[in-house]
Amino acid sequence: MIRIPLAAVIGLFLTSTYFLVAIFAPYIAPYGMAEIVGDVWEPMSIEHWLGTDNIGRDLLTRMIYGARTTIAVATFATLVSFVIGSVLGFTAAVFGGWVDQALSRFVDLIMSIPSLIFALVVLSVMPVTLPVLILVMGLLDSTRVYRLSRAVAVDIYVMDYVEAAKLRGEGRGWIIFRELLPNALSPLVAEMGLRFIFMVLTISTLSFLGLGVQPPNAEWGLIVKENKDGIVYGIGAALWPALSIATLAISVNLVADWVLTRTTSLKGGRE
Amino acid sequence: MSSVLTLIAQRVALGIVLLFFVSLLIFLGTLALPGDVAQTILGQSATPESLANLRASLGLDQPPLTRYLNWLAGIFQGDLGNALTNGRPIAESIGKRLGNTMFLAFWTAVIAVPLSILLGLLSVRYRNRWPDKLISSVTLTSISVPEFLLAYVMIFVFGVKLGWFPTISLPNDSMSLGQKLYSISLPILVLVMVILAHMMRMTRAAILNVMESAYIETAELKGIKQFTIIASHAMPNALSPIINVVMLNLAYLVVGVVVVEVVFTYPGLGSYLVDHVAKRDLPVVQAVGIIFAAIYIGLNILADVLSILTNPRLRHPK
Repeated sequence: MIRIPLAAVIGLFLTSTYFLVAIFAPYIAPYGMAEIVGDVWEPMSIEHWLGTDNIGRDLLTRMIYGARTTIAVATFATLVSFVIGSVLGFTAAVFGGWVDQALSRFVDLIMSIPSLIFALVVLSVMPVTLPVLILVMGLLDSTRVYRLSRAVAVDIYVMDYVEAAKLRGEGRGWIIFRELLPNALSPLVAEMGLRFIFMVLTISTLSFLGLGVQPPNAEWGLIVKENKDGIVYGIGAALWPALSIATLAISVNLVADWVLTRTTSLKGGRE
Repeated sequence: MSSVLTLIAQRVALGIVLLFFVSLLIFLGTLALPGDVAQTILGQSATPESLANLRASLGLDQPPLTRYLNWLAGIFQGDLGNALTNGRPIAESIGKRLGNTMFLAFWTAVIAVPLSILLGLLSVRYRNRWPDKLISSVTLTSISVPEFLLAYVMIFVFGVKLGWFPTISLPNDSMSLGQKLYSISLPILVLVMVILAHMMRMTRAAILNVMESAYIETAELKGIKQFTIIASHAMPNALSPIINVVMLNLAYLVVGVVVVEVVFTYPGLGSYLVDHVAKRDLPVVQAVGIIFAAIYIGLNILADVLSILTNPRLRHPK
């Protein structure tokens, strides 16, 4: 039996709760996603646990569907970013030479523009739909994954066991998937947690700016945008996403920390 | 000394080349993407005539290279083109807003930079004791919340519940400096919290890194007081990484400012950009995009130059 530290247990519990809520949103939510069920900004009550929003929809329902959209977009964007970033990063490390130079300089170029600004520039000409958002966020973020995976792979590539594999005549595919990937996995997985959180922050920021998820869909940043006018009257409906985003971010962080320490200690405690 | 100048000149030249490629990227990113820009702007119901008209007025009927060179030549002459939405020169609208954004960023930096270095020093001095743990848990929380939410929490608490600060930031020229600062106190507070967290954590890491060195241990064994060690032994060596951290975070401020300006309806460059992205006003987006990129790259070059000046080891590349 593996002993799991308390922080990681809390992190795992909260993270999996959020993901379960996201997956089963239609079954958990007490009302329909865009169903108007009451007055504008009703206070908390038995019927509406978090009250209602700016046009009288149940806020808890909006938050639950919001979790679905936010987490789904962030997950897919993270996957896009990791697949593209790590494949290109490993390729650059294994091939070296001009391939490495070309890829690395191109990534430098993209990273010299703040990614939010770049995303805004691209979204000004693209239609704002979920696949486009996922792709734009994933591609822009893959530059960071590229840098990490290239750096890790370059370190591993000079190890004796890689040399041995080369000498017994293994192909590049074998070296990438059987030698580099397993050894680069733990820093990449820990990074994955951080990238996921970053994606959650990005998609909610874009939606808040009106350039992400579009109404009537629910999304955490969009909920803030919809309810922000209530704040000056002392109505805190727009602040719930702050709580959900912060707890999600912290719990994913706790899990990522644990994964990193656990996998490194498995390999003889490379601190 | 001349070798230092050469190094600096190299960095600046590199930055200019980079900026040139960035302009190319922004141009390609907006005009060569799949889909017809004119169609996107006018929508599906546009007539062929109005499409052709818009293409002609955007210069879309010319080859891409010509368009790009015209655009670039315009930038060098201070002509950023005209906005599609109101037809007025972009440079005119940008001038004042750029000033407003710089005003906000400047005062944020004035507060955040000394504060983060002080907190970084404090948390190293009391490493793993309660001041360090308190500082690091507060900064971790403020990193985990996006800027715009932090802003609304601040508005809710300090603007509405306590009523200390104005919730909308509209400074104008008739105000004194004090009044202006008071009117932007909440956005400054939010931006300070955001970059303070990053800056302070990186400062702490940079100083800790130096504190592990052997000469620090020697100083400790000689019986020098802890604060003297930090101030006169660790600090000079940590200076270059700290300056780097500060500059990187000021560059980060460029992005943070966009969102915070929208929240407080502050008349700066960031809210201008977001407005015109939503209106699909391409010339404005390109112009503001290149300005933000130029500031970002400029600060990064400045970081490089300052670290060359503060770290003698960088002056003699192997």
